[in-house]
Amino acid sequence: MAAVQGGLVDAVEKKDIKTEPSEDSGGNNNANDGRLLSPPPGSSASAPGGNKPPAGAPEDQQTLLAVLQFLRKNNLAESVEILRREAGLPEDALDLKAGDSAGAEDASSLLSRVTVSSSAAAQAPTKAVEDQPDVNVVLSAYSQQGDPALYGVYYSGLKRFIESVLDCHRAELSQVFYPLFVHMYLELVYNNHENEAKVFFEKFSGDQECYYEDDLRVLSSLTKKEHMRGNETLLDFRTSKFVLRISRDSYQLLKRHLQERQNNQIWNIIQEHLYIDIFDGMPRSKSQIDAMSGSLAGEAKREANKAKVYYGLLKEPEIELPLDDEDEEAENEEGKPKKKKPKKDSMGSKSKKQDPNAPSQTRIPLPELKDSDKLDKIMYMKEATKRIRLGPDNLPSICFYSFLNAYQGLTAVDFTDDSSLIAGGFADSTVRVWSVTPKKLRKVKSAADLNLIDKESDDVLERIMDEKTASESKILYGHSGPVYGISFSPDRNYLLTCSEDGTIRLWSLQTFTCLVGYKGHNYPVWDTQFSPHGYYFISGGHDRVARLWATDHYQPLRMFSGHLADITSTRFHPNSNYVVTGSSDRTIRLWDVLTGNCVRIFTGHKGPIHALAFSPNGKFLASGATDGRVLLWDIGHGLMIGELKGHTDTIYSLKFSRDGEILASGSMDNTVRLWDATKAFDDLETDDFTAATGHIHLQDNSQELLLGTYMSKSTPVIHLHFTRRNLLLAAGAYNP
Amino acid sequence: MAEERRPKQCTVVLPTESMKAMAESIGVGQLQEESCVALSEEVSYRIKEIAQDALKFMHHGKRRKLTTNDIDNALKLKNVEPLYGFQSQEFIPFRFASGGGRELHFYEEKEVDLSDIINTPLPRVPLDVSLKAHWLSIEGVQPSIPENPPPAPKEQQKVESTEPLKVVKPGQEEDGTVQGKGQGATAADGKGKEKGLIRLKPRSTHELSVEQQLYYKEITEACVGSCEAKRAEALQSIATDPGLYQMLPRFSTFISEGVRVNVVQNNLALLIYLMRMVKALMDNPTLYLEKYLHELIPAVVTCIVSKQLCLRPDVDNHWALRDFAARLMAQSCKTFSTTTNNIQSRITKTFTKSWLDEKTQWTTRYGCIAGLAELGADVIKTLILPRLTVEGARIKAVMEGPVVSNIDKIGADHVQSLLLKHCASVIAKIRPQPDNVEQYRIDYGYLGPMLCSHVMKARTQAALQAQQVNRTTLTITQPRPTLTVSQSGLSGSAGPRTPSIIKVPSSLTLMSPRPGTPSQPSPPATKYIVMATSAGPASTQQVITLSSSQSASPVTSTVPSATSTLQPLVKLESGSGPGLTGSRPMQKYIVVSLPSSASSSLENKSSVLPTSISSTPIEAGMKLDRSESPGASTQSPH
Repeated sequence: MAAVQGGLVDAVEKKDIKTEPSEDSGGNNNANDGRLLSPPPGSSASAPGGNKPPAGAPEDQQTLLAVLQFLRKNNLAESVEILRREAGLPEDALDLKAGDSAGAEDASSLLSRVTVSSSAAAQAPTKAVEDQPDVNVVLSAYSQQGDPALYGVYYSGLKRFIESVLDCHRAELSQVFYPLFVHMYLELVYNNHENEAKVFFEKFSGDQECYYEDDLRVLSSLTKKEHMRGNETLLDFRTSKFVLRISRDSYQLLKRHLQERQNNQIWNIIQEHLYIDIFDGMPRSKSQIDAMSGSLAGEAKREANKAKVYYGLLKEPEIELPLDDEDEEAENEEGKPKKKKPKKDSMGSKSKKQDPNAPSQTRIPLPELKDSDKLDKIMYMKEATKRIRLGPDNLPSICFYSFLNAYQGLTAVDFTDDSSLIAGGFADSTVRVWSVTPKKLRKVKSAADLNLIDKESDDVLERIMDEKTASESKILYGHSGPVYGISFSPDRNYLLTCSEDGTIRLWSLQTFTCLVGYKGHNYPVWDTQFSPHGYYFISGGHDRVARLWATDHYQPLRMFSGHLADITSTRFHPNSNYVVTGSSDRTIRLWDVLTGNCVRIFTGHKGPIHALAFSPNGKFLASGATDGRVLLWDIGHGLMIGELKGHTDTIYSLKFSRDGEILASGSMDNTVRLWDATKAFDDLETDDFTAATGHIHLQDNSQELLLGTYMSKSTPVIHLHFTRRNLLLAAGAYNP
Repeated sequence: MAEERRPKQCTVVLPTESMKAMAESIGVGQLQEESCVALSEEVSYRIKEIAQDALKFMHHGKRRKLTTNDIDNALKLKNVEPLYGFQSQEFIPFRFASGGGRELHFYEEKEVDLSDIINTPLPRVPLDVSLKAHWLSIEGVQPSIPENPPPAPKEQQKVESTEPLKVVKPGQEEDGTVQGKGQGATAADGKGKEKGLIRLKPRSTHELSVEQQLYYKEITEACVGSCEAKRAEALQSIATDPGLYQMLPRFSTFISEGVRVNVVQNNLALLIYLMRMVKALMDNPTLYLEKYLHELIPAVVTCIVSKQLCLRPDVDNHWALRDFAARLMAQSCKTFSTTTNNIQSRITKTFTKSWLDEKTQWTTRYGCIAGLAELGADVIKTLILPRLTVEGARIKAVMEGPVVSNIDKIGADHVQSLLLKHCASVIAKIRPQPDNVEQYRIDYGYLGPMLCSHVMKARTQAALQAQQVNRTTLTITQPRPTLTVSQSGLSGSAGPRTPSIIKVPSSLTLMSPRPGTPSQPSPPATKYIVMATSAGPASTQQVITLSSSQSASPVTSTVPSATSTLQPLVKLESGSGPGLTGSRPMQKYIVVSLPSSASSSLENKSSVLPTSISSTPIEAGMKLDRSESPGASTQSPH
């Protein structure tokens, strides 16, 4: 239900819509033209808020002129030409102006407003401008002035008011403190009131919630206007509105108070930099608010989580007939052909049922199944019949793979789905692959040798392998920086790694060579993962953009931008139609692969999110962060449904058991913990979601859900994997 | 926690002096104060920014420690050229100096002696990354294997044993059960629900699983069996296995019963094996033995002071067992003695009492003195030194008086060398120079002259060692410990079959030069090289460095007293030949009291010097020696 909003808020909303394009372009800083065109919408957005005169026709032309001048200054002759033609300006317009000293001054003054509010802009290295196209626009919004000495008074006045309101409103209104504090501080800094800013910070920073500590640390080091340029955290604050969810009653209270007091300073900030999402109903309690807050830009707007998400699984491909034949053959070979049939049928019938929540089979094109894939599926089903049914009384065994002599260098680990290979990425830029089965790793023979092979023979696949190269592990060289993410393709033919050097590399596990280096991220790539159906993969890194790639394209197919800080982890939904990204802005976003839209924003973590896992049925998501908590999310409703507390350090790994009954989490605190996922989700199903307002009460039942804690010997757990039979594999480097 | 830090956060800025210093370092003098302030603020901000980015890399590197590489990467992120090749072994590479009103920061560039670099042993080649799998949990229960952390941490064992009557609170109770779910084994029993009114000793289960019972059987059999290799493995297991907590009561009973039986039967070998078990238990870092001291201490004390420990007191080297047990005793006093249990003072009293008794036999006397001497320099000073004269007279009576019995003579001789060994170093510390033989005779009676030479030796040795790296001195001083005991005990009881058990490493030939050049530093060094080869790769390097420094001390010390009873060469040879003694303790007595039978063989050997025979036991001894040395070093009061 859409909130009915007051006039003021309406205005806020409209502005918000307008700024959106500029936000998006903030991510796509690929082309010069795109960058240069983005300032206008941004500036128009900030114009009504700032103290600039309303934009008019002559102003527009001046802006264009200013842009032209800027282009010319940077020797972008063609762009100048194009822009001039499109705008219909006379060829000599600029020259005229340039000749006219007054005009030039005019233009340059405007330019300075558009680019930077001081003349430093022109000299600012282009590099910085390229990185943050709308920095200066953003900064200029702070130019409004108030008496710096009064900031503290205003703030404490509001504080006193909020502390005096009824308890039920106090928690809600307290949310205002943090964004207000930040913006007031930044305003002071921007206007060169360094000392006042310092005093203000010292006086009030202690009041802020502890989970904002990291941001406060960044803020505290920022004491000069010059520092503001290029500071990412600051930019995040400015480019996005801090979202608060407040009940109507509380909001009215606040509004009345501010209007009575004529407290324009605060009111301006609230209007300009805050987005207040008003809902009807009971105000939320402190614990409810705390559960959801903590992200860099406040909570998610409710509208953001309204889109329909097809979280159901895709139908299993129709490979039953050949499957049965081959299966029987295989069975016969093994000499125990019975008892398989009924199981197969049940499997088949299950997959025939179409899940109403599933996307259509062809929503995104998936690669055709090859014969080898079908064989693998058969293997999978066979193994699945031998799977151990897990539960609170039947805990999985855990096999721990310790990397010895890694000298703190192990940065990423992955297992193949069938648990036959394990790969590790290291800080020394190497990638190593081990075989954990007796089957050794072999390379394909060289081209010359392959010519000698009898291609008609049945075991040609066996013959192409070079026995001489058989070994238990192989090293892949190619990256030039620590390898932070690693992922096997589902068919075990490829390995994907991403690194600090900004590239993602695709390796062949047949030849053990690098096939492709995908370049696109200019900064470290923190994580990458193959789609469960192969072919596609997702990557995310320091540039805050997640990219969707296909193995046969050297450029990304989709770019998902919207996160306000580094993307720290990426995962594919089991149906390959969605990807989820976790970020250091402490939010999780779910993206639709088809449209590229962000369909869910989850807030609630208090630290960068380093682990994500979908439940096998695709309905739920688990996330782990540096705060040591695991949060559970219902994707369909877009709600937080559980919080698992217990870990004392960053969680680097999460995995659901194959049937989804157990959630395993591995952490820097050297423990593997097992949680009762069935109970966590079931308890909830009976609860009625107060989906209308999107608030839920989380009961603190972590202790009941915790099924086991297994301490390793000074070995942080950085990867977990359930084998097809539900044996849990864990991996980490021993750190004596 | 960060709350307290926060106010500081915005004020931390580099001092302007550093700006000036840095400006000077690149040739900019006379920087304006204002520019310094502006610069320092800017620089501090940038540094903080870089540190914050570096943190990101640390998190993604899955580490808890920030490294210089993280900083490099953060710089790269900012398009700043990283610092190449920054490496400092020390924390801060700069040195500070001031004088003449000027302050300077500079790099300290020491002159490096090339020969030092050449002679430094190469560092270990780093091992390649490898993968090892183990079971972290089997169907929800964590197996207690060395790869997993111990189920009951030592602290918990300590708490259990020292505060057995703590009130069980409901909250703690919960903790216990939750943990128990995961750990499976040692859950506190759930009887404390009566709101902590009843003081309960948490009940710990001592039921052993079938595997544990098998393990216990295997281990105990191996420990007292005849196969030395198996025994070494079993002892190793006892000393390192983290899962023995449950079996501790059984081990302790096994030892105490074993000692009781074998003392009566005078079975020296078994007593030695049992003491080695005690040693292994004490070495295990995951066990806390206090609860079982009431069984272990009597057993150990028995092995120190018992009148007779072996069937043939004149031949068997039960002295070594006494030494070894005394060291164990001292170690447990050190570890477990508190003001409540007063172990040390009770033990001291026991020893002193039987020592003072006139009728005490030489064997017991030896044990008491050894036990006291191991307790440290203070005990020697207050209890042993004042009695040196009396003891000297007693020894003189035996040595120079009418021939009583061979046994008494051997005993007296041992006591004498023991006293000399322990007292010399203490006297060297407390007595001012010069050392006058006459003065010593007056002060200490019969033992005076010998003491005097020992003290002088100790002084030169100390002076020499002071020049060495201090780290080495510790280990140098105790080649004597345990291994020798075990070795000698074994050969004493089972005859000279040692060579067959212990493989002769190829490096043995190194030993041969030793006899020829007694006073050169090099031959003793070779001795240690052998030691190094037998040691694990981990400590090779260290041991080698030891050897060179050590070599000097024993050799020089022998020079002045070459004519006297102690000559190291002879000692070594003789000890190894008849298999009577280990490498070290025999130093004193062999030359003095050479039994006629042994002496002949000894002489043969010293002339011929068959390297293989002589070196084998020594090498074995060394090997053991090394492994035991950490424990020994802590207890020896040097």
